[in-house]
Amino acid sequence: MQINRRGALAAGAALAAGAGAARAQARPTIRLGVLSDMSGPYRDATGPGSVVMTQAAVAEFAAQGFQVEVLQADHQNRPDVGANLARQWYDQGVDVILDVPTSSVALAISGIAREKNKVFLNSGAATSDLTGPQCSPNTVHWTYDTYMLAKGTGAAIVRTGGDTWFFITADYAFGHALQRDTTRFVEAAGGRVLGAARYPFPATTDFSAYVVQARASRAKVLGMANASTDTVNTIKAAREFGLHRSMRLAALLMGIVDVHALGLDAGEGLLLTESFYWDLNDRTRALTRRVRAANQNRPPAMVQAGCYGAALHYLKAVADMGPAAAKADGRAVVARMKAMPTDDDAFGPGRIREDGRKLHPVYLFEVKGPRESTGPWDYYKLAATLSGEEAFRPLAEGNCPLVRS
Amino acid sequence: MDEIFGIPAPLLFGQLLLGLINGAFYALLSLGLAVIFGMLNVINFTHGAQFMMGAFVAWMLLNWAGLGYWWALLVAPLVVGLTGVIIEKTMISRLYKLDHLYGLLLTFGVGLVIEGVFRNEFGSSGMPYRIPAELQGSWDLGFMFMPIYRGWVVIVAIVACLATWLVIEKTKIGSYLRAATENPALVQAFGINVPRMMTLTYGAGVALAAFAGVLAAPIYSVNPQMGANLIIIVFAVVVIGGMGSILGSVVTGFTLGVIEGLTKVFWPEASSTVIFVVMAIVLLTRPAGLFGRA
Repeated sequence: MQINRRGALAAGAALAAGAGAARAQARPTIRLGVLSDMSGPYRDATGPGSVVMTQAAVAEFAAQGFQVEVLQADHQNRPDVGANLARQWYDQGVDVILDVPTSSVALAISGIAREKNKVFLNSGAATSDLTGPQCSPNTVHWTYDTYMLAKGTGAAIVRTGGDTWFFITADYAFGHALQRDTTRFVEAAGGRVLGAARYPFPATTDFSAYVVQARASRAKVLGMANASTDTVNTIKAAREFGLHRSMRLAALLMGIVDVHALGLDAGEGLLLTESFYWDLNDRTRALTRRVRAANQNRPPAMVQAGCYGAALHYLKAVADMGPAAAKADGRAVVARMKAMPTDDDAFGPGRIREDGRKLHPVYLFEVKGPRESTGPWDYYKLAATLSGEEAFRPLAEGNCPLVRS
Repeated sequence: MDEIFGIPAPLLFGQLLLGLINGAFYALLSLGLAVIFGMLNVINFTHGAQFMMGAFVAWMLLNWAGLGYWWALLVAPLVVGLTGVIIEKTMISRLYKLDHLYGLLLTFGVGLVIEGVFRNEFGSSGMPYRIPAELQGSWDLGFMFMPIYRGWVVIVAIVACLATWLVIEKTKIGSYLRAATENPALVQAFGINVPRMMTLTYGAGVALAAFAGVLAAPIYSVNPQMGANLIIIVFAVVVIGGMGSILGSVVTGFTLGVIEGLTKVFWPEASSTVIFVVMAIVLLTRPAGLFGRA
């Protein structure tokens, strides 16, 4: 189900009526708003699945003493639309906004949450600036970020001898950040970047021209600083032009739905970094069994699992401090979330750092070949595990104003 | 000979060739648009969605019916063309007497609905589709590796363009069509069923889009948005070539593919803009397009 701006307004009206009813019942209602890409390229990795996973957290928590309501809306990957929806929601009694893929939208909403003293739990956006120069006492960045992707995939490939790189980069903030963060690891390990082609985003369908340039550079590694369909199309072109025989392909942001779209024929052997995989351990498999039917018979993707983990921990913090106090002061809830250790079926035990960064183990996976895979969604082999402290940017390097040494 | 304008010659030749390949897609898609506009005076904004449907029907044939690429090349255009016939019969045919703008709005809306339905059904991330075994591999041309499949696309596109041009310019049916565009009442007076001809023309234009979609399925991700990005460029191609001019759309399609390819070498960031710069210049100097009749 999709909700556009008008739908959100209608939801807002219903919500105002609901607030009245809640007062009458004297049982406070905590409102979780999942603001995501419901109709664009990131829909499958976030979107409706993020709503399903947030609802799974609510079901697991089984709130005592207060009611929990989950709302959803589509920000269409546009900062203006996302900011308007966020303002409306916060003004109409939504206590926390979750997910928000697309870095530009996420940065806008982090500012609004701070201004209105509400809570923002980001799972879907990549930029490490959310816990860096633009960190906020009202924001938690749960699932992943550009630094950890660069460290996971980038550093692993440099270690195996891939010391010269050529980048194909989406020409906007996210692509630049990912290329920048990866370049740092390449150069720190003594490697060199031989060139980069920045292509217009989102107007590019054909990547063969850039793939041929990459080949001409004679670099050992092709770094793809892009996401979703663009990454899939880049890999397809690279294989078509025989690039995979002379270069390593480094898909810096790639998730399980992209592997599904690419197919294992073309994806075999790719290295990628994720903080969640449904078939990782008994807890992740149990979680997947609980939600799979509601999630269009797909296992949850990493960002969707992040919404579950973040919502569950948030509800624990609300129960701990009481719903009335939680509704009154978003900053206090986030402070309480940071004080409590986290534990959930998707990410296991972890904690939230003072800059808002959630720390949990990060996994380097290798994509299976068609023969190794037992069926749809059996796609990954575990190649390495990094602890949260290793994987994410050290606190002192982030330039977060909340952190004063 | 090693370098031209500071760019290694092999790289330049490679990009020229790639430009030609992309041009083949532009030509094939703009051809369908030109046929529809030339005969029906409808600006078919559903074209991108119909291109996408062609690719999806190929995927469905493979996964649900076990029919491979070669069958898809034949069946997908027929199936999608049939949906075009239904759309023309039930909706577009009611708008012929009105301003162009109504047809444009209708087809734009239909395109959004189709894309939305596919997105709800199949998600946004896409489906895998393999290059058929017969066309896998690549030729070593010395200056670059040329995938066999891309060569095949260029040849098929040229054949399809030629065939369409022949049908419209050199056959009896084509002459009826052209006459019906000029003066439908008179042609109808000679006993020719003009409305049916219009319906079939729209179906044929849509089938061309679906055909291009099948050709694209093995190279690009098969997803509901795949037509949306391409169609904007294709409209620019049609405008530059001259609305409704078949020769114009084919020549412009290939030429702009090459211009875009060269831009990707010299200034990659501008490669999506260059086509619109050309469009602006052409519209300022020749408002009817390069091959259009004012």
